[in-house]
Amino acid sequence: MSYLTKSPWILHYDASSCNGCDIEVLAALTPVYDVERFGIINTGNPKHADIFLVTGSVNEQNREILKNTYDQIPNPKVVIAVGICASSGGIFRECYNVMGGIDKVIPVDVWVPGCAARPESIIDGVVKALGILEEKRKAMKIPAGDTA
Amino acid sequence: MTKQIIVPFGPQHPVLPEPIHLDLVLEDEKVVDVIPSIGYIHRGFEKLVEKREFTEYVFIAERTCGICSFIHGATYCQGIEQIMGIQVPERANYLRTIWSEYSRLHSHLLWLGLYADSFGFENLFMNAWRIRERILDVMEQTTGGRVIQGSCKIGGVRKDISNAKLAEMNRDLDSIKREMEELTTVFLKDDTVIHRTRNVGVISRQDAFHLGAVGPTARGSGVAIDLRKTGYGAYGELDFPVITDSCGDCYSRCLVRCKELFTSVDIIQQAIAKIPDGPVDVKVTGAPNGEFFMRAEQPRGELVHYLKGNGTKFLIRSRIRTPTLTNIPPLVKMLQGCDLADVPVIVLSIDPCISCTER
Repeated sequence: MSYLTKSPWILHYDASSCNGCDIEVLAALTPVYDVERFGIINTGNPKHADIFLVTGSVNEQNREILKNTYDQIPNPKVVIAVGICASSGGIFRECYNVMGGIDKVIPVDVWVPGCAARPESIIDGVVKALGILEEKRKAMKIPAGDTA
Repeated sequence: MTKQIIVPFGPQHPVLPEPIHLDLVLEDEKVVDVIPSIGYIHRGFEKLVEKREFTEYVFIAERTCGICSFIHGATYCQGIEQIMGIQVPERANYLRTIWSEYSRLHSHLLWLGLYADSFGFENLFMNAWRIRERILDVMEQTTGGRVIQGSCKIGGVRKDISNAKLAEMNRDLDSIKREMEELTTVFLKDDTVIHRTRNVGVISRQDAFHLGAVGPTARGSGVAIDLRKTGYGAYGELDFPVITDSCGDCYSRCLVRCKELFTSVDIIQQAIAKIPDGPVDVKVTGAPNGEFFMRAEQPRGELVHYLKGNGTKFLIRSRIRTPTLTNIPPLVKMLQGCDLADVPVIVLSIDPCISCTER
């Protein structure tokens, strides 16, 4: 992980989750799991973010917001689908207002399993995403540590 | 006349973990009107009752909301049991009460953290969530799940807690209580916090009542309603006060929740002292035929599950009315006339749970 010279920042968006995964995302940031000690910060601003954490499945009303938020994140960026709802719709798959996983709207790089996803697996997903972020950075020919 | 401008707030906003959209109509820095719009996380799972057997629907009812999931599951089960006339064993009732109160502790601590974050007190946010993890540890040890427990079923509960574990939980609560005392002192006595919350987002008793406020939002304005006093589960055999405050501002709502933390600890300790031995479930045969309104007290207020069955394995209607939905009209009232900078604090003060609201 020597390429990690800058702290990756996270943007979290709740597409239509039951809250279970959202509070576990926040739990990963707070003292017991504390990913902030590695410089991973939950930012509210898409323009500051590198990693896009999405919980819950998409529906007609929020697909534009999801797409819009994704477009505002500067390249290189990675998307993590947290929880089974974000991956496929999960227990709500057959509901009339659920279109399915978020990969119907934006490209997903990492899928985190679980209902609700545990903080450990969310952290695991973020670590996987860091490797993908680095590959994307190389593909864009940006020197390591330089902000794009 | 000053020119009016509209500032959109949400759906993706730093202070909100969940999406709700508010159009704030401003005159200079003052909010004159608020137009809420919801529907970003509507899933429509009330209709799933037609596709899932009533025994399986417990899992979906639990996923109405990841924060108060246990209470949703228990309320649904109690509703079905009322329709079918099932007598739940006493021990199961006590276990449900204990888990419900643990849910309330975890929800209120979570809220205290988010609330601290909304006025920029990051350290306090982290501290509240640190204590909350201790509650979640107990949840995980006793049910197997941190936020979604799945331990409630129709006719009782899936898992028993051994008496040794209950005694350990009782001891643990004493130390959690001490930590919570330190935490709530900051919320209630710290000058900076008081400055940010006193006389902010005031709603009178009359307005709160007429606009249908429930839970701590109503109790913070002096409306003494607490569904636990109706005595469902084991609440009828336990002694606890209904906490109210009269000012109706953000500070009052925070005060009510802070005091409720200790009420919950007290309820759990009473329940642990009184819990009878015996089985934790009964066998369920047949299918529900009839309808019932089950009301219960969620951390955010009154929760209503309306259930209707026709004697088959599939219910024909489920309707869930959650507390945040009824707290939105009072919220709009609170926001009118406030400063733009206070909007996050006021929105958080009703403890919005959007995934409950939109189902």
